[in-house]
Amino acid sequence: MAEQLDRQQVEHVADLAKLSFTDAELAKFTPQLEEIVGLFNDLAEVDTTGVEPMTTPTTEVNVMREDVAVQSSDEERKALLDNAPETANGLIKVPAIIDESEDGEE
Amino acid sequence: MTFYGKDISGLHADLVAKKVSATELTKAAFDRIQATDDQVQAFLALNKEAALKQAAELDQAGIAADQLLAGIPLAIKDNIVTKGLTTTAASKILENFKPVYDATVVEKLNKAGAITVGKVNLDEFAMGSSTENSAFQTTKNPWDLTRVPGGSSGGSAAAVAAGDVLGALGSDTGGSIRMPASFTGTVGMKPTYGRVSRWGLIAFASSFDQIGWLTQTVKDNAILMSAIAGLDERDMTSANQMVPDFAAGLNDQADIKGMKIAVPREYMEGVDDDVREVIENSLKHLESLGATIDEVSLPHTKYGVPAYYILASSEASSNLQRFDGIRYGFRADDVKNLEDVYVKTRSQGFGDEVKRRIMLGTFSLSAGFYDAYFNKAAKVRRLIAQDFDKVFKDYDLIVGPTGTSTAFKIGAEIADPKQMYFNDVLTVTLNMAGLPGMSIPAGFSKDNKMPVGLQLIGKRFDEATIYKAGYVFEQTTDFHKQTPELG
Repeated sequence: MAEQLDRQQVEHVADLAKLSFTDAELAKFTPQLEEIVGLFNDLAEVDTTGVEPMTTPTTEVNVMREDVAVQSSDEERKALLDNAPETANGLIKVPAIIDESEDGEE
Repeated sequence: MTFYGKDISGLHADLVAKKVSATELTKAAFDRIQATDDQVQAFLALNKEAALKQAAELDQAGIAADQLLAGIPLAIKDNIVTKGLTTTAASKILENFKPVYDATVVEKLNKAGAITVGKVNLDEFAMGSSTENSAFQTTKNPWDLTRVPGGSSGGSAAAVAAGDVLGALGSDTGGSIRMPASFTGTVGMKPTYGRVSRWGLIAFASSFDQIGWLTQTVKDNAILMSAIAGLDERDMTSANQMVPDFAAGLNDQADIKGMKIAVPREYMEGVDDDVREVIENSLKHLESLGATIDEVSLPHTKYGVPAYYILASSEASSNLQRFDGIRYGFRADDVKNLEDVYVKTRSQGFGDEVKRRIMLGTFSLSAGFYDAYFNKAAKVRRLIAQDFDKVFKDYDLIVGPTGTSTAFKIGAEIADPKQMYFNDVLTVTLNMAGLPGMSIPAGFSKDNKMPVGLQLIGKRFDEATIYKAGYVFEQTTDFHKQTPELG
């Protein structure tokens, strides 16, 4: 488990997390993350043989309710859209998924 | 007028008898904020117009004897959504965000007639122990403006300690209510996981997050709990448990004779000498009140910090995927395509600590590392919960220090994330196990005169025992009566 985190791995994880870092940021974050992952490695010394993972303290399971459609008002719709960075015709506008200016290289 | 020395029950009686009006209390809150907040910087947004209008309406209608919270000024941590009132989670990525609904807890407070005077500062997305991770401002400790108020609910703690409000909502994922309460000499409760609806709390780590509150006194704290707790069909992890009147037994008949209290030896190791001295005196005091005190062991305590930072960061990396620059909040300029929107928005919108947590979480969940990190930590979580279960077979309450130190200086730890994480060593394990815990004023450090908090830990859904012990301790000491000199 004694995993070391190098710069290349940090860049890979950043890519998975949809984050990007400048060289200066990578120089700062890599040793910090490495140190914290080093702390995580302390868990290796705990004997967890036969222990079931615990992912929540709740004992409630599968709470169900009827799926009922509720009509929202124009006012609510406007308040919702007012939070969006860009809208058009009462809808949220997003940039093109494919970058057409670069011959769709992406 | 300040709220020092006042409490909800007393002000409520005055409101009912019309000795004071809701408008006067609300104005007093805003006056106090104006007098102190340039220094303390607890508030991110004020709700002045709406608050005064609400107070005027209450005064017009009159306040009935059963409306215990009507006209009482409160503050709300800025990661709890408030309809039409800016809610930022202290992040640039949510700057100017106006929620379209109220959190369940806010809805309940509004219904009860409590006055929301404003939104208070936190570490960005509740990630931190000092409020230094806020994108907007660092809140100062009212006891010493060169020190942090703790975090992440540092704005909530500072607003109460500064006498701005009678109480403030906070959230506690790994100690974010109890630690600031300890640092500011206030009473901070993290209820049992599931006790309080999380609907409308901006999610950080959903299996750890719990809304709670900070007040000047134990009884005020209990009053808020009875008003806020309960099942909510909008939060499927909220528990179907009866909510008692937690304040009912808090009177001069209350005693802790025969209460069986356990003190984990791991909690007394590694704490600063000045803190240990205060806590040892507190234990003697509890004993003199008739409780029995035994030393016990919670052997996995030291693994709480690494296990917590793996699990909470993993949940955060998932929860924070929603901040993508599309539906709300900040969006980066100069983007060519959708991928660019995501990456640039998140990279420019999140602060350093949030990025570190997302990175740690994404790493812990990623292919090849899941078993060694996430899954291992989840197993350790169960061992930590079992440690508590064993002790609670024989004891009513677990008691120890809330933090290993008193409030540290602003800037002292911010450059060293690992050191900052260890501030949570005595609080995270409760969140791992879902247990309730409360920090109460236990005295002051002989070295720096800063407040020290005593942590009272109960069985699941047994906040009543915590409140009883806290109340008896408080009523037989005078630490809660001491106030910082401000403005």
